[in-house]
Amino acid sequence: MNKLLLILPLLLPLYGAILCLFFWFRPRAQKIVSLLAQLGLVSASLYLLLHVNSAGIIKTQIGSWPAPFGITLVADLFSCLMVLSSSIIGLALIVYSLQGLDGARQRFGYYPLVLLLQLGIGGACLTGDLFNLFVWFELLLICCFVLISLGGTKAQLEGAIKYVTINIIASSILLMGIGVVYGTLGSLNMAELASLVRMPETDTSLVSMAGMFFLLAFGIKSAVFPLFFWLPASYHTPPIAISAFIGGLITKVGVYALVRTFTLIFAINLELSLPLIMLIAGFTMVIGVLGAAAQKDFRKILSFHIVSQIGYMVMGLAIYTPLALAGSIFFIIHNILVKTNLFLISGVVAQRHGSFGLKKLGGVYLLQPVLALLFVLSAFSLAGIPPFSGFWGKFMLAKAGFDAQDYTIVATSLAVSLFTIFSMTKIWNEVFWKKKPAEAGVENTTHEMEPESAAARTTRRLMYVPVIFLTLLILYIGLYAEQLISLSGRAAEQLLNHELYIHVVLSK
Amino acid sequence: MEVLLCFVVGILFSVGLYFILHRHFFKLILGLMLFGLATNLFIFVIGRLTRGGSPIIAETSEVALEPFADPVPQALLLTAIVIGFGIQAFAIVLIRRVHQSFGTTDLDDLDTTEKIETPEKPEFE
Repeated sequence: MNKLLLILPLLLPLYGAILCLFFWFRPRAQKIVSLLAQLGLVSASLYLLLHVNSAGIIKTQIGSWPAPFGITLVADLFSCLMVLSSSIIGLALIVYSLQGLDGARQRFGYYPLVLLLQLGIGGACLTGDLFNLFVWFELLLICCFVLISLGGTKAQLEGAIKYVTINIIASSILLMGIGVVYGTLGSLNMAELASLVRMPETDTSLVSMAGMFFLLAFGIKSAVFPLFFWLPASYHTPPIAISAFIGGLITKVGVYALVRTFTLIFAINLELSLPLIMLIAGFTMVIGVLGAAAQKDFRKILSFHIVSQIGYMVMGLAIYTPLALAGSIFFIIHNILVKTNLFLISGVVAQRHGSFGLKKLGGVYLLQPVLALLFVLSAFSLAGIPPFSGFWGKFMLAKAGFDAQDYTIVATSLAVSLFTIFSMTKIWNEVFWKKKPAEAGVENTTHEMEPESAAARTTRRLMYVPVIFLTLLILYIGLYAEQLISLSGRAAEQLLNHELYIHVVLSK
Repeated sequence: MEVLLCFVVGILFSVGLYFILHRHFFKLILGLMLFGLATNLFIFVIGRLTRGGSPIIAETSEVALEPFADPVPQALLLTAIVIGFGIQAFAIVLIRRVHQSFGTTDLDDLDTTEKIETPEKPEFE
């Protein structure tokens, strides 16, 4: 039973992708297959979460090799939450791309790639083996490479070349870290490593060095402060369906891996690494939000905000108390949903008005009041206005910071929230509130825009579906925060209770 | 032998990084490849070198004869080489496409996404 539960979130997207390849020349069949696979994935991961929530951490050994020798799949609450939120995002994205992505890209393997990307994310979150983690990361990266360059416009190629270069280097660094871990401790199974580093007779002098390799590699992948420059240079170049998926998810998988390895394996000599992580977190927040303030493109503002929000997630790791980690987990889930939703909204705006530039847009509020409302809800949630989901994440992080007496980082995070509101207000003013700027020479007020054809209107309505769905989810998380807060609290306890993890994985 | 290999790995890393920082596309590809090779060699060396002892267990005994070479780093290495091969192939094709559509071999010319928000035609004309 455990076996099936753990393997289903990997098998469904894999089989879906393979089936899609069989229907290469029939995009319509691909759409149906990927929708079904994605629906199955959402229900499978929801069931996995419910099961883990009631039965505790579960594991399975691939090929029935006993624990430290074979590849282990482990699901605790944190990984289940990651898998579930990524599958929900995947579902929303596939529904969006039915209308929001051009036919040419859909014909050239978009759907199988998205499913394989899901497979990579699921694998990276569920694996209990370091080298296997690397392999899943490579899988999801190569899918990202292809998705970013799919279509081959000039901007995309340029973004792709930066993305590919920096990620190949990051993967090499990760591989080196894994090599150092194996060379010093002689194992790759995360549970065995966790018990090895805590044994007094183990020589742990080199383990911190390996930890720095991991910090660097996952730092590049999750775009933290000195290593984030590739992100705003590449994330806005592909079409919105792709950049919403990649921008909403991939960096968070990096944060997930960072949290996982630093709570499980590199949880020794923390007095060295935690101040460094704290410093990184603070700078990431500030630089990201300042970068966003300077931008004049809807997607680029959002891209820089990804960087800024990563700082909050890393901040929870840096404080390293149960409440702080719970805050991080809550924040990751909230951010995956909100960020993707904001990207999708920018896509809906651009589909109607043909631009992402703040200077060219305007008057959206008059034409699409519902969309404006959806944007406001998401933007408030991102900035952390009380009833919305972002508030709870920031509240937990700030409270944990006060408890741990890290006042500087709390002050920084609160100030950054203010700047986030500033950025969101800028988008609101420029895109939704101000009058639509007159096109060169033509008096063109918002009321005289060319009427939409009936087909275009249904297209646009269908594009609203995922946006409304995600907004409802965000509202649900915000208004009924109790559930997710207690879930992430227990997930954080599981993270810090390494003996439980070790016991579950290494037991027969 | 290990000392010599350490220096080889170091040199490969530095040459790889130098090429990656170079402006020319071709040097970038070379650099990425050398960097990947250096990583593979690094894993090989850090997994400890044991010469002449294969980890095959004889039929008559229960355990392998000490000293034997650890097979795991070599298995990791093989996987890493295969993955690296695929990714390098993709990178080569990507760079070729970039060269085709930009008509340049200089990475410094790839700066259009930084100014993507500028309108296609000047506003005041």
